Amino acid sequence: MSAIPSTAIEIAAAVRSGSLSAREVLDDHLARIDARDGEINAFNLVMVDEARAAAAAVDAQVAAGENPGPLAGVPLALKDNLCTHGIPTTCSSRILEGWRPPYDATVVQRVNASGAISIGKTNLDEFAMGSSTENSAFGPTRNPRDTSRVPGGSSGGSAAAVAAGFAPISLGSDTGGSIRQPAALCGVVGVKPTYGLVSRYGLIAFASSLDQIGPFSTTVADSALLLETIAGYDGRDSTSINAPSPSLIESLGEGVDGLRIGFVTELMGEGIDPDVAARVRQAADALAAAGAQIGEVSVPAAAYGLSAYYLIAPAEASSNLARYDGVRYGMRVDAPTTAEMNAATRTAGFGDEVKRRIMLGTYALSAGFYDAYYGKALKVRTLIVRDFERAYADFDLLITPTSPTTAFKFGDKTADPLSMYLNDICTIPTNLAGHPAMSVPFGGGADGMPVGVQLLAPALGEATMFRAAAVLESAAPALDEVWS
Amino acid sequence: MTLTHEPIEGEHFVVVSESTGDEWEIVVGLEVHCELATVTKLFCGCPNMFGDEPNTNVCPVCLGLPGSLPVLNENVVELAMRLGRALQCSVEPSVFARKNYFYPDMPKDYQVTQFDRPINVDGWLDLPDGTRVGIERAHIEEDTGKNSHAGGSGRIHGADYSLVDYNRAGVPLVEIVGRPHIRHPEQAKTYIDELRAILLTTGASDAKMEEGSLRVDANVSVRRVGDTELGTRCEVKNLNSLRSLGRAIEYEARRQVDLLETGERIKQETRHWDEGAGRTRAGRSKEEAEDYRYFQEPDLVPLVPSAEWIAAIDAAMPPLPAARREALAVASGLAVTESGVVIAVQRDLDQLALATIAAGGDGRRVLTHVEHNLSGEGSAGLDPATFAQLVGLELGGQLTATQVKTVLAEMLVSGRAPDVIAAELGFEAMDSSELEGVVDGLIAESPEEWSDFCTGDDKKRAKLQGFFTGKIMKATKGQADGKAVAVLLESRRVESL
Repeated sequence: MSAIPSTAIEIAAAVRSGSLSAREVLDDHLARIDARDGEINAFNLVMVDEARAAAAAVDAQVAAGENPGPLAGVPLALKDNLCTHGIPTTCSSRILEGWRPPYDATVVQRVNASGAISIGKTNLDEFAMGSSTENSAFGPTRNPRDTSRVPGGSSGGSAAAVAAGFAPISLGSDTGGSIRQPAALCGVVGVKPTYGLVSRYGLIAFASSLDQIGPFSTTVADSALLLETIAGYDGRDSTSINAPSPSLIESLGEGVDGLRIGFVTELMGEGIDPDVAARVRQAADALAAAGAQIGEVSVPAAAYGLSAYYLIAPAEASSNLARYDGVRYGMRVDAPTTAEMNAATRTAGFGDEVKRRIMLGTYALSAGFYDAYYGKALKVRTLIVRDFERAYADFDLLITPTSPTTAFKFGDKTADPLSMYLNDICTIPTNLAGHPAMSVPFGGGADGMPVGVQLLAPALGEATMFRAAAVLESAAPALDEVWS
Repeated sequence: MTLTHEPIEGEHFVVVSESTGDEWEIVVGLEVHCELATVTKLFCGCPNMFGDEPNTNVCPVCLGLPGSLPVLNENVVELAMRLGRALQCSVEPSVFARKNYFYPDMPKDYQVTQFDRPINVDGWLDLPDGTRVGIERAHIEEDTGKNSHAGGSGRIHGADYSLVDYNRAGVPLVEIVGRPHIRHPEQAKTYIDELRAILLTTGASDAKMEEGSLRVDANVSVRRVGDTELGTRCEVKNLNSLRSLGRAIEYEARRQVDLLETGERIKQETRHWDEGAGRTRAGRSKEEAEDYRYFQEPDLVPLVPSAEWIAAIDAAMPPLPAARREALAVASGLAVTESGVVIAVQRDLDQLALATIAAGGDGRRVLTHVEHNLSGEGSAGLDPATFAQLVGLELGGQLTATQVKTVLAEMLVSGRAPDVIAAELGFEAMDSSELEGVVDGLIAESPEEWSDFCTGDDKKRAKLQGFFTGKIMKATKGQADGKAVAVLLESRRVESL
């Protein structure tokens, strides 16, 4: 089985050329899942039958001389908050027990149409609320690099699936860092695109104004290819940007010569592990060596990002999750009256973190508290956008750590929600601004676990961001290289 | 307690307390929900057809399934703006908001509506009596599904189970919030009539109150005449007809006056009208009302209609009832508030009336016929020139009022000229000497009846008046003018006493 290439681009090329069948590729990956997912728990569901049928269809297309598409025969894992027609979609919550969506998410349609083979639904923190995948109703996912550690979250299953070689690419969603942080902790590439670049239709909402779907992969080029595939206007999402899908692959090799790249000073100091900060400086040096001009920049409002986020996101969530009331689908716990049935169902169906955020959000929106909490958070959001605008007047890209730490041990932060929330301190500001950002693996920390470097760009600045990511990828030290 | 139906001191109506004689003023503001007459729903492509087989006009979006997203129907915006402009509102950039509360007929457990930035603001509606009722706002929102309760008592409490039909979920509504400028139950009914005419004229809605495509809630309060502060209001719901609306306002005003006069205070609350019992009953109290936690709907973008779009709507705006009444009043020489003018517009016969007047018809007589002898539906084919000709015959005394009515009915059927029809029916002008001859002859034929007529009591006289009139009409083949006959009989009676 060593003949199976590791990247999506290579697999698709081999399948299109007929030198490798989609079926062989699939069998290889299913065997890896069989061998190790009992331990990792990346998947809530492996779609064996559907995947085999899709692979057979791709092979038939190749045999008929047709081109199945840019992702021909490439196994792809889907975060289990993306709707798949007729296939259980759980958000790793008991409350959606038994529900099968009657439709595919737009991104699912697009990857399927590009020849990709959807092999399964990946684990997540319940309703994407968390930074460790420990909040899943179906048990945590383990970090493939060290199974005593978390994979990050909330898209922990999608990150782990790629890191473990279960699929070369996967899709996640990022509301406050839920793609980038697990990508960093698992040592893979993860991208949060510009808000509106990828349709949210069929993504089960956590916080609608922040959620965005994006790719995971082992290489920068694979993420570029997957993002090109899923990006682009969708009339079913009113917040979808009506612009052509970006061309990322073709500019990947253009380098960073002359680009101005800024360190965000607020996100390099307190709270960031020194070994992580050191890797980020090393990454900046690599970019400088490739011709970029590195400077320091202040985004003062970013310091308040976390506080604003933990009002805005729960507020939206409290409304988005109201529909899980036991009336129409999913779990129902019977009770004498409708209101009691609603309460009993939600009490039994939601986990602690989801309940915590629903209560936080309900409180933040309540009469008498709105101005002090939600209203103020919206103002902070405006200030963050303004600060980023100022920063991008002087810089093409910004650079920060993705996560303040490398992957932590299970249970380390579950007792203290605030310490868990601090994981997102570097990733949240871009969600509030609606800008793109990505995490690129760049060597290891003192514990030998991967470090992710985050690149940030202004809205629709993905092409420039990917050029810098490609430079970092080629300059990245090996995971076991001693840091200084 | 007496309810005075005529305005006193300008536009004010009063309730006079029977116990104290104090004068109270009723203050009413109406909130009207109307379903917009679009082909599809507000945020999806499902047919806007309530009443089909339950749960057939539904999709992931209007069922609020996880992952679904709303997309605004442009036609809804068009109709909402048309209505807004017809209500003299200014169209503003608007945003959608979520109104959060749990209810099984609401698929998402929030309603998408417009809260602090509605599309239409600050307009007015002029009533036929000249009152201008302010319109605070007219905003877009989605309708809910419909619950039905089965088994047990059949009501929500005590039913064995409940069913929900989501065909109506996501149907576009406009909520028109009127200012508290209404002072009388009849005025409230007129306001709804007028609003309905505007909804129909603009094509925004079919506005059927009985079928629920137009729903009215009334905010009712009272205050002593002369007070300028508004009293505490109650919101009266479940008003399914104009009759209910008028009765409920009157009941509620009396209830509030009674409470206030006995020293109690009004509790701000929602009250439900019980048509059978003829009273309102307390619903949930507003003071402990739910907190709807409104916030901007993040799945939709702000709605900013272009100036060109608004201008196009204005340019295509059909003449509205108030303007039509004004035009008809000018042409007919009648006051804008006269019933002939009001009814002609209500029946959509003002164009016919205007054309008839332009063809030489006497304004007052034309409108009298429109009011009493023509219906809105059957009169479309009436030719203004021949209608004017008929009115001319009446005015010239060639035809009596009774004959005109007969000829008009025949004109509607055959479309022929009035003089031709009149000749065919043997209608001719009957001069007074001819009529006198007939009458005197009949009196001579029936001396006993005549004597009783002259000397009998009122009852007897009325009976014999009918006797003689019938004989005269028979003798003249209906050509005699009823009024002239009555005058002649009376003068002969006086002469014979």
